[in-house]
Amino acid sequence: MAASVRLLVRQAIRLSHRNITVTATGVSARPPCRCFSESAEERSTHFGFETVPEAEKAKRVYKVFENVAQKYDIMNDAMSLGIHRLWKDMLLHAMHPQPGARLLDVAGGTGDISFRFLEYVRSQRERQQRRAVRFGQTLSWQDISNSYSTIETDGPRESTAVVCDINKEMLKVGKEKAESLGITAGLSWVVGDAEELPFDDDQFDIYTIAFGIRNVTHIDQALQEALRVLKPGGRFMCLEFSKVTNPLLARLYDAYSFQMIPVLGEVIAGDWKSYQYLVESIRKFPSQEEFKSMIEDAGFYCVQYYNFTGGVVALHSGFKL
Amino acid sequence: MWLLIPFRWINRRRHCFTVSKVCVQQLHSSSTEFTNIHYDGLYPGHIPTTAVQKALLSIGSGVAALQNPYRHDMVAVLGETTGHLALIKLRDRMRNDPEGYAVLTERPRIRLSTLDLTKMASLPDGSFGREYLRFLEDNDVTPDSRADVKFVDNEELAYVMQRYREVHDLLHTLLGMPTNMLGEVAVKWFEAAQTGLPMCALGAVLGPLRLNASRLQSLFTSLGPWALQSGRRARCVLSIFYERRWEQSLEDLQRELNIEPPPIIPKAKKKT
Repeated sequence: MAASVRLLVRQAIRLSHRNITVTATGVSARPPCRCFSESAEERSTHFGFETVPEAEKAKRVYKVFENVAQKYDIMNDAMSLGIHRLWKDMLLHAMHPQPGARLLDVAGGTGDISFRFLEYVRSQRERQQRRAVRFGQTLSWQDISNSYSTIETDGPRESTAVVCDINKEMLKVGKEKAESLGITAGLSWVVGDAEELPFDDDQFDIYTIAFGIRNVTHIDQALQEALRVLKPGGRFMCLEFSKVTNPLLARLYDAYSFQMIPVLGEVIAGDWKSYQYLVESIRKFPSQEEFKSMIEDAGFYCVQYYNFTGGVVALHSGFKL
Repeated sequence: MWLLIPFRWINRRRHCFTVSKVCVQQLHSSSTEFTNIHYDGLYPGHIPTTAVQKALLSIGSGVAALQNPYRHDMVAVLGETTGHLALIKLRDRMRNDPEGYAVLTERPRIRLSTLDLTKMASLPDGSFGREYLRFLEDNDVTPDSRADVKFVDNEELAYVMQRYREVHDLLHTLLGMPTNMLGEVAVKWFEAAQTGLPMCALGAVLGPLRLNASRLQSLFTSLGPWALQSGRRARCVLSIFYERRWEQSLEDLQRELNIEPPPIIPKAKKKT
């Protein structure tokens, strides 16, 4: 398939870039401690405030989410005092999806965004049908021709939501939640890495990643993958913790984050370190403007961001044109 | 308050990257300077915490433990965050006792990997080791289920806390109490009188709330006063080097520690 060839070419380019940088440093300055340097994975990245090799970050992030999966939703409610629901509702409101839209929810884990999406398009469809009934007297030529056809009135295409997450535990919790809520139609669960999505090009109308992109090791790769799988005209939307602008609020937010959240993690989930990682990873994420330029660099147009709760959370949006 | 442990390991032999094992803690600072690198700390498993965090932890863990008494990790956290003064007193008592001092310097740990179970099983009945093994089997418990200490900010005090946890099962054997609710409350009363740990006191006060009337009666009339008296009179139970006394007869050990045999023995049937 052309997609996989393109993927291989891109990976080859990336690897060659990495090799070039490693050999360059090797020529210029010998590191004091000699160790096995055959692997090009000597680049290090941040894991919260720790510095770890890039190869290790993904594994540690996986472990974190494996540990927190069972109590993830309870902890979200406790830590944000329920406000995370409002943030996600605002994301859906900004998205304003229409019936027939296809959503890819990356790092979707427990499925919050996808459930809201399906609910939203369902109510949109109902509204459309009600409007059609109300204005039944003045039918447009399209409606008249549609009523002559024998296709069922469910519309040409149903909206579908694909929840993609790298962590199987989170997907498991999400599936159980879906069953208990009774949401089954139009929902699929896929294990996949945001840096290398298992989907073909030009597949989705909307790509969302809510509170997941800061855990990705190579954010630029994730953005490029997002561009690839979106249809032309498709929208990229990213909800993520960001920098608080107001200094007073920033101090309160920091105090709350570092004092309260790990304590909540220990008391409710029995896991201090995962929630310490959470608050540290928020501090390591680029600011609104920086992230906006990263999205533009990946090739998105009309990139905008909206701050929620004074900048605690930012919604970035861009289009593939 | 600054807790700065200098940069120790620069060259780890296997890896080229430098990992700084610095433990820096700041109480009032802006977001960019607040670093709480928590790996390694003062001892394996140590998580440095500020005073505010300790206060929040003690309240939160107290509430959680009350709501769900089976959350042993919450009871443990409550003990660690509230027990600072009591731990200091315990440590000083241990230091002043020659055997306790040996325990503090040699730092023995009681877990399945350090116990020689076959040897203990071959000991005669009535010996401390044999009775301890019988207790583990009868009540289906293991010494490895004790949580590690996390929130005590002093390495020696953390060991004292850990020793207290590991000695708890031995106390059951010494006092002849099973692990049902009544037996646990009796041991808690003994421990509260002995150690003065606030967590023990809290458990001693709140534990009886879950007992039925007849057990409450036996607690308040005979078992409770006996436990309190023994706790006050006994030698510091943490100062005993139990690992060297498996062969000693149980009665002999009880006499040495000033522990009288219990007036009644609650039925060993496990009560939920």
